[in-house]
Amino acid sequence: MFDTALTWNDLAFLAQGAGMTLAVTAVAVTAGTVLGILFGVIRFQIGPYWSAPLTLLLDVFRSVPLLIQLVLGNAFQSIAKLGWGAFTTSGVVLSLYTAAFCAEIVRGGISSVPVTTRRAARSLGMTWWQDMRYIVAPLATRVSLPSWIGLTLGVMKDSALVLWLGLVELLRASQILVTRLQEPLFILLICGAIYFLLSFPVARLGGYLEKRWSPND
Amino acid sequence: MIEIENVRKSFSSLEVLKGIDLTVEKGEVVTIIGGSGSGKSTLLTCINGLEPIDSGRIVIDGTDVHAKSTDLNRLRRKVGIVFQQWNAFPHLTVLENVMLAPRKVLGLSKDKAEEIAVKQLTHVGLGEKLKVYPNRMSGGQQQRMAIARALAMSPEYMLFDEVTSALDPMLVGEVLDTLKMLAEEGMTMICVTHEMTFARDVSDRVAFFHQGIMAEIGTPDQIFASPQNPETQKFLASVR
Repeated sequence: MFDTALTWNDLAFLAQGAGMTLAVTAVAVTAGTVLGILFGVIRFQIGPYWSAPLTLLLDVFRSVPLLIQLVLGNAFQSIAKLGWGAFTTSGVVLSLYTAAFCAEIVRGGISSVPVTTRRAARSLGMTWWQDMRYIVAPLATRVSLPSWIGLTLGVMKDSALVLWLGLVELLRASQILVTRLQEPLFILLICGAIYFLLSFPVARLGGYLEKRWSPND
Repeated sequence: MIEIENVRKSFSSLEVLKGIDLTVEKGEVVTIIGGSGSGKSTLLTCINGLEPIDSGRIVIDGTDVHAKSTDLNRLRRKVGIVFQQWNAFPHLTVLENVMLAPRKVLGLSKDKAEEIAVKQLTHVGLGEKLKVYPNRMSGGQQQRMAIARALAMSPEYMLFDEVTSALDPMLVGEVLDTLKMLAEEGMTMICVTHEMTFARDVSDRVAFFHQGIMAEIGTPDQIFASPQNPETQKFLASVR
């Protein structure tokens, strides 16, 4: 009744694509989060006036479509003779894109910690850094987590656009199979299911952490 | 000894402290009373350097609080402050709330910090609540926890900023009893308060603030029985 030309080899090919999607996402989310925390803290600390140039730059990364950023980024590295491969270029562009969104999440998280709570910490003799480390970071993380999970899931799907730089990630792998086997619906269904399987643990991790923290809040 | 000399402080165009002079000796309990906006709370936050001042000097045991060379984080170890809002750290248990600063600021071992925290929490009547998160406690209990948290740093001076103002009336007593206990133990305290009975019973001296000026200061008898300044008389008549 159901007949397909899809072989185990093709499935392995898809799995390889999924691996590439995971790798690009992992790089972007890791580097983007580190940079995002840095930018977010800077923006919060020096205030809207002095951080205006940084805010403007991050706004560019947030508003220009990712596809354009990837193409321009690739052109830039080529003109500047940086010699970056497709993976490096994709990683750098996606990281900056992620950092721009993450900075806002971090800034919002820090703002959510009441000034009076931070005052109480400082009045006990804690330094700025100790206040950040032991009071602000844990409280801001709780507030920011749902948005950060959303960002991670978004970046995982957006990472499909790196196929334009020639990387064979999950969506590109599916396209190749569709072209060869002419079974678009079936293959895209599998591709969608794999995206779901990749995202599900991340979403569940968020739910788990929220639940674990909630009785204390 | 805390010496406050001609301290002035403005928030933009509003001058909230218009030249305050006050000396508090070791072991003394001074309460500050007065209407809202009289500058009482601002003075306390200036004393431990949370707010800068515009002119004048605040000197604690010979250290000028607002001098550039002063290490405020070090100074604050000996000047504890408790606020109107108790400001519990909501992600930490009661015990962890109290242990945090002794561990990280004083660098004590976990065991030593825990020993101090348990002692202070038992002292304020929270010995049974060590593993509880602050949000599971009443405002009065949280406020007593905040007092224990400040005491765990073994401060030589304690500043109390309207610590009962945000509490349900039925919870005020337990916090005031804690303050009384501290006063009897000889802690040097400056308390900003609206609790006149407390001010009369516990203070060595009572200061009345009016519009950024210390209008009158004296023993509780002088202030409550025979206030000299017409503004003091008016204020006391209004709160009775």
